Amino acid sequence: GGGAAGPGPAGADTVSAPAQGGGSAVIDMENMDDTSGSSFEDMGEMHQRMKEEEEEEAEGEAGAGEEEDGEFLGMKGLRGQLGRQVADQMWQVGKRQASRAFSLYANIDILRPYFDVEPVQVRARLLESMIPVKMINFPQKIAGELYGPLMLVFTLVAILLHGMKTSDTIIREGTLMGTAIGTCFGYWLGVSSFMYFLAYLCNAQITMVQMLSLLGYGLFGHCITLFVTYNIHFHSLFYIFWLVVGGLSTLRMVAVLVSRTVGHTQRLILCGTLAALHMLFLLYLHFAYHKVVEGILDTLEGPNMPPFQRVARDIPVVSNAVLNTTSKAIALTL
Amino acid sequence: FPGLADVSISQDIPVEGEITVPVGSHSPDEDYSTLDEPVKDTIMRDLKAVGKKFIHVMYPRKSSALLRDWDLWGPLVLCVSLALMLQGGSADSKDDGGPQFAEVFVIIWFGAVVITLNSKLLGGTISFFQSLCVLGYCVMPLTVAMLVCRLVLLAGVGTVSFIIRLIVVGAMFGWSTLASTAFLADSQPPNRKALVVYPIFLFYFVISWMILTFTPQ
Repeated sequence: GGGAAGPGPAGADTVSAPAQGGGSAVIDMENMDDTSGSSFEDMGEMHQRMKEEEEEEAEGEAGAGEEEDGEFLGMKGLRGQLGRQVADQMWQVGKRQASRAFSLYANIDILRPYFDVEPVQVRARLLESMIPVKMINFPQKIAGELYGPLMLVFTLVAILLHGMKTSDTIIREGTLMGTAIGTCFGYWLGVSSFMYFLAYLCNAQITMVQMLSLLGYGLFGHCITLFVTYNIHFHSLFYIFWLVVGGLSTLRMVAVLVSRTVGHTQRLILCGTLAALHMLFLLYLHFAYHKVVEGILDTLEGPNMPPFQRVARDIPVVSNAVLNTTSKAIALTL
Repeated sequence: FPGLADVSISQDIPVEGEITVPVGSHSPDEDYSTLDEPVKDTIMRDLKAVGKKFIHVMYPRKSSALLRDWDLWGPLVLCVSLALMLQGGSADSKDDGGPQFAEVFVIIWFGAVVITLNSKLLGGTISFFQSLCVLGYCVMPLTVAMLVCRLVLLAGVGTVSFIIRLIVVGAMFGWSTLASTAFLADSQPPNRKALVVYPIFLFYFVISWMILTFTPQ
């Protein structure tokens, strides 16, 4: 039993000085008889304690254990302990629910199988993305992997940042970084979704992840082209790279898609759209963020021409006209 | 109670025990003990932890102290100081002063989050905040490089200063990448280390390139 505040110390005293009798309650536990109740307390307190224990059991709390450990805080203490227990239980339940919801929706393990690659495989796929396949009558295998495409998109963002900085592009609404990320991710996700939708319409055998993967690896050609031409500002060089490198990666994507589609019209629609979007994106990336844009606009308007812009004059008239209209349109949108 | 007057305790059965109020649990006491200490002690303890981590970055050894007690104070301080120093380095400093700071902030934190997610998806054993902590602390060499570049640029803008800045930034970039790789790549399966190192390389490359192309106006 517990030690009450009052008789407790008195009890301790009586241990050392037994048989005092008289006013103090001297107790012999052995001789105690059940019906007399605890002899460490007087009857009133014992009664109150029993009432509280009943209350505790009615609540079904485990606070009785603490109570029996020998602490008698009175009604207030008991309620405080009960309150604490209830609050604790509510916290546990809430935490369990929250962690269940979290593990259901924010589970990155859903994406884990798409990142299960070896460096050798990534390198092989990068090189393969530039090699068009010849066999288009047999559906070509596309690896549904997201690591390579994601890294390529980030590399493209980095290269684009470099291009924007060196061309002194000034973005009024927003930041350079925001524009670069928005452009690259927007292209990758948006065009993939659009092509997946078209593939669904044209009955092509391709899943969303495969489409993302295919388009992502196609950006390898873009990365190479832009990396070279943002640093070496020769127009003809860009056109050569655009045709050769861009063309190779487009041919590869187109061949893979053709191998998975049946029917001439459908093949034409899918491949035409993909080729157009892919090549035009490279064109846009080069011209939107390149020094030559401002240079050409200046040439058109001012008589003075710094030596650098003389290089731009070497391009033939036809592409010059295309360039002018493109750059004017882009300058208007920027 | 007259009936109990003659009850006594026999000598050879001692009644013993403790009449003390048992303490419910010890954790509230511990909280109280750190709440009661003077503010100086708390700050000094945190500063010492941050300082120890800076030293770990400077001499990258395989130690678990950086990983175990992660904190984001150091990365925050480094990120803010780097972003402040990189401000005002473009043509229209009036327009681009704001976005410049936000850019650096976003690049560092967004990049760190992406690298962490990537390493977790590749099967890493390190936790989210531990990885953020390591990547943030390893920005320190690049912050030092930024300081040096700013000092060099005070002397003048020319080819010589560019070469000096290139060497300094290049060395610090290598140091950052090596330091973070020493902590992060160990948590990966051995044949996939290259897959984790590449994004870290790209991340610090972008930051180094921003530092190198910085020209004050």
